[in-house]
Amino acid sequence: MNSLTTNSIIRFFVLILAQALIFNNINFLGWINPYPYVLFVLLFPVNSNRSLFIFLSFMLGLFVDIFSNSGGVHAAACVTIAFMRPPVLKFAFGMLYEHQSIKFKNTEFGNRIIYFLILILSHHLILFLLEIFNISSILLVLKKTLFSSVFTLILCILFSVLFSNRKS
Amino acid sequence: MQQIINFIIRNKTFLLFLLLFGISLALTIQSHSYHKSKFINSANFLTGGIYESASNVSDYFDLKTQNQILVEENNKLRSLLLNQADSSLSNVANIDSSFYGGRFKIQTAKVINNNYDLSKNYITLNKGEKHGVKEDLAVITSKGIVGIIDNTSNGYARVLSILNTKSRINAQLNASNHIGSLIWNGASSDMVQLIDISKFAPVKEGDTIVTGGQSSIFPQGIPIGTIESFVLDISGDTYTVEVKLFNDMTNLSHVYIVENTDANEIQQLENPTDE
Repeated sequence: MNSLTTNSIIRFFVLILAQALIFNNINFLGWINPYPYVLFVLLFPVNSNRSLFIFLSFMLGLFVDIFSNSGGVHAAACVTIAFMRPPVLKFAFGMLYEHQSIKFKNTEFGNRIIYFLILILSHHLILFLLEIFNISSILLVLKKTLFSSVFTLILCILFSVLFSNRKS
Repeated sequence: MQQIINFIIRNKTFLLFLLLFGISLALTIQSHSYHKSKFINSANFLTGGIYESASNVSDYFDLKTQNQILVEENNKLRSLLLNQADSSLSNVANIDSSFYGGRFKIQTAKVINNNYDLSKNYITLNKGEKHGVKEDLAVITSKGIVGIIDNTSNGYARVLSILNTKSRINAQLNASNHIGSLIWNGASSDMVQLIDISKFAPVKEGDTIVTGGQSSIFPQGIPIGTIESFVLDISGDTYTVEVKLFNDMTNLSHVYIVENTDANEIQQLENPTDE
């Protein structure tokens, strides 16, 4: 448990710095940026205090906001996906989640992709809706959401495979 | 009373979510309204410091192009200097040097963080209040304009880039004195829009757009870009002009901060405080 906590703390800071210094500057094709810092929310230990989890997600988003001068858009998106995580977990993993015995590294690959995809899509949709803040450019919002989500999803899967410790 | 407390305890995660979501929404709305985005910005001790140390490293990858830009500028200035000797203007400049030297104060700064892919882009500089940088100073490069400083901390400053949908800058045609406002529609990082140009103005493709003398922020005549295309508005009174920027906003390193020392005087004259 203790190593899980340290892991989460390290992940929190490393992901914020990586987002601010690397991923905000990728600008693939000029305008597509991935946001793999959501990995913190996705991989947070399941059976921990929910209020704490929501608060930490808020802080995560707020730090990214401070770095990228975007008001509170990341914070809003992070809080929302942190709040809607349990139902999504239930949808994606079914019985495993009911028994509270879920460990991400033991889950099936397909289930994990569905789980990542739903949360990343919702995160990006809220993010770009609030960032552009103009209902008349809804097509731009959807376009950005789609492309950034694919990019983020690929990076998230790569990272979760690369950095999973195999000794269980 | 008991029931209220029970309700709060039962729904505490939902209430916490609502509270935090409300806070972030408030911050978002604040950042969208022009003069208020004070709390969440990258011109503070922590993020400024991190960006500065990161840019210390990444600067090395960009040295060649930046050298090229500096050489080009030196070249331009030197040719200006040499060609000025036999012009009658040089005498005037020499006699009245106190005026030319005093109106605009220039200092250099380095870009330590640059955004251009969002709809509201900001740039962070490594100069702040302790270097005499204040809000509402102009930021330019050797090629053209960059933006206006909108927030400062002790050691860092944040620039409202011209690639920001909130930005509005007074600009004019180089060929005539017809003025308009420079805005950005968020579409492309090398095109900005000039609106409210009178239909009597001689607008021509390829003409140069420069900053106007109407604002007390930018000196008059700083180059902005060239006219790519233009359309007459639906109302039929004004042109909307697509301007291609001289500056490559995606590759900024050394910039100049320009302070108009008369800005206060001009503003006081224009807006007498009668509230």
